[in-house]
Amino acid sequence: MAVITRGFGGRRRDDTDLPPGQYRTDDFPVLSAGPTPRIGLDEWELAVVTETGERITWSWAEFTALPADEPTVDIHCVTHWSKFGTSWRGVSVDTLLADVETTAEYVVVHSYGGYTTNVPLEDLLDGQAWVAYEFDGELLVPVHGGPARLLIPHLYFWKSAKWLRALELRLDDEPGFWETAGYHNYGDPWREQRYRAD
Amino acid sequence: MARAAVPGRLTWQPATVAATRAETATARTLVLDVDGWTGHVPGQHVDVRLTAPDGYTAYRSYSISSAPRPDRLEVTVQAVTDGEVSPYLVDVAEPGDQLEIRGPLGGWFVRQPADPRPALLIGGGSGVAPLMSMVRAATNPTRLLYSTRSPSDALFTADLATARAAGDGHVAVTHVYTRVAPPGWPAPPRRLDADALARVAWPRDADAVAFVCGPTGFVETVADLLVDIGHDPANIRTERFGPTGG
Repeated sequence: MAVITRGFGGRRRDDTDLPPGQYRTDDFPVLSAGPTPRIGLDEWELAVVTETGERITWSWAEFTALPADEPTVDIHCVTHWSKFGTSWRGVSVDTLLADVETTAEYVVVHSYGGYTTNVPLEDLLDGQAWVAYEFDGELLVPVHGGPARLLIPHLYFWKSAKWLRALELRLDDEPGFWETAGYHNYGDPWREQRYRAD
Repeated sequence: MARAAVPGRLTWQPATVAATRAETATARTLVLDVDGWTGHVPGQHVDVRLTAPDGYTAYRSYSISSAPRPDRLEVTVQAVTDGEVSPYLVDVAEPGDQLEIRGPLGGWFVRQPADPRPALLIGGGSGVAPLMSMVRAATNPTRLLYSTRSPSDALFTADLATARAAGDGHVAVTHVYTRVAPPGWPAPPRRLDADALARVAWPRDADAVAFVCGPTGFVETVADLLVDIGHDPANIRTERFGPTGG
């Protein structure tokens, strides 16, 4: 049953924190589906939209004045690379939703440029997710999702949408860009949920 | 909440190396026989799993470079310095060796055969691999712009010439060399710029779709240039790989 690849030795590393099927990289690879959007900070806006249509927005100045965390986390891309100990600065989603009245269970994440991804709301709460605007002590560059991106380290990294524009709170689930293109709806790296039906 | 019916899980399939072809000094195409493989859409990739005799496994993703057909596919691999998987595939694997694949994967960076729009394919280095599948399967007008450091770094040189000749005029191939041009080449080596892109780009009203694949810096530059010369960002699809892993 098992297929052994003759002549392949591999290079083992002591990476006990590596989810199944992942390898460790020290680079920061870039994956995007199209051109990198360039959003000026004067036109940038972050919005939370509730299931009743209520809309809360932050300008760049308002957003960066919010209390921020500096999480150091491991990130896992569905294309098999993991990067350990990445350092970010960002606003916890708990902070953004602190005064929001909602009974929503799902979130559709919207990006500048049109990208979308879906996440259960509970995966964004309790210190599990941030809207990050610095990486390694520098403002987040556009190619990595700047001005601001979502950071949900416990899910595959396509869920951590770049160029974040809005969090849309919903009563029902709505699969996003990659989720309708053959990738898993939830994307837990530790259960290796890469593709639909994994 | 409700989703469309979920098709079956993608499973790992044994693949046997049927043949290998050197593309450059550091890149090789592996012809893989896979029983029951039903083909792919040009642009898609596969996950490859290698298992060492002691059970250790390693995984990478590689683009399919062949035209779709049953029971067989080709992946083209560039050896990455200090890589774990790519040096094995480029230097060690031989006909008869076995590995496993899962796929085809990817539903975005694909050119559907029924898509009538003209396509502009722009590849940098080994990023030409998924574009080669599109060229080989092309039934609609297709232009490939291929940037490499030198002629000896170019993959598929002979196959591209064949595709151009066999394409009944709907496949055009333009090479760009950034460091070393062949003797007698009409232009000095230079990086891909807006002028070079404008010369091969389809007219704005052609409703063309662009596929750009290569190293991150290359894709960033080309995608930005395409937007600058008026290409609709919504019709630019990109696939990038960083200087990583392998």
